[in-house]
Amino acid sequence: MSRLSIPVGAGDHAQGSAGATVTLVEYGDYECPYCGEAYPILKAVQRAMGDELRFVFRNFPLTEMHPHAMRAAEFAEMAASAGLFWQAHDLLYENQEALGERDLLAYGQGLGLPAGVVAEAFDGRFDQKIRDDFRGGVRSGVNGTPTLFINGFRYDGPRDLDSLVAELRQAQAMGIEDAVRRGSPSHGRR
Amino acid sequence: MMSTTYPNAALQAGAMAPAFSLPATPDQMVSLGDLRGSPVILAFYPADWSPVCGDQMALYNEILSEFRGLGAQLVGISVDGVWCHAAFAAERKLHFPLLADFQPKGEVARRYGVYREKEGITERALFVIDADGVIRWSHVAPLGINPGADGIIEALQDIAARTGAAEAVS
Repeated sequence: MSRLSIPVGAGDHAQGSAGATVTLVEYGDYECPYCGEAYPILKAVQRAMGDELRFVFRNFPLTEMHPHAMRAAEFAEMAASAGLFWQAHDLLYENQEALGERDLLAYGQGLGLPAGVVAEAFDGRFDQKIRDDFRGGVRSGVNGTPTLFINGFRYDGPRDLDSLVAELRQAQAMGIEDAVRRGSPSHGRR
Repeated sequence: MMSTTYPNAALQAGAMAPAFSLPATPDQMVSLGDLRGSPVILAFYPADWSPVCGDQMALYNEILSEFRGLGAQLVGISVDGVWCHAAFAAERKLHFPLLADFQPKGEVARRYGVYREKEGITERALFVIDADGVIRWSHVAPLGINPGADGIIEALQDIAARTGAAEAVS
């Protein structure tokens, strides 16, 4: 069974509390249509789970298949440096059909990012972070995009709202049970 | 002629990788012997043209530099013919050879114990073979699930560690 090889940490883009009882990690590509399909569903999952869920996004650009995927990932990382990662992430998934460089520059402006910061997006400074995400994903058994990991285990099941929430709830229950069995104090709180 | 006996399950670590010679293009054959001297990844897959982003060969194409960084060569094998492979490889911009286990159909897959007689396709099976032609790791994934590359990378790292250790001793 494939497992997340890089634990979720401070370098990750995460929504939700670190004390959440279940963590969902997505390895995604901004140009991938299946990621685009999953995007509103994952939003709905987050709404359904509330504070109990921590959601993490990691880059897995399939650059041979998707010519704009790398630039889009760079753009999102650039926005992250200005504290606007999720705004950029959402904007990209909501505008998947327009991810050319000029589009990205316009989105940067739309987000209110200083032109100087936006211009730095494509000079290679974010490539290492993106490559690290990608390599970690390969070692974790990412098998296409999107690939989801629930509490560290790759999830290959259906990606509709009900299935995902059911799976997350189950992982959550198991996680709490394990923590109680181990006497770990960190999981009891909610 | 004596009939060949085939393994009834995927060959496991420790077995010698059965030799083969298969067409990669209409006028080019690739044999396992040609690939000796460095680790080889054999990726048997059911068919060309499965849906895009989750496609195993397209994924491996994106990861080629990782495999090459570990000194390994990748070949894909299915029962599709060379023209089908050529169209598939061109459309997906694949930078590694796809071999056609087409005639006699599935013969190489049978030797590796990964042919599905009923459907007439190969299993979705991975073999990592070391530089001496010994299988070091094998894995059969459910047909519909792309196994990813974590197992391959781990096996290649094991081979590299072993080779490094052997070189250090000698």
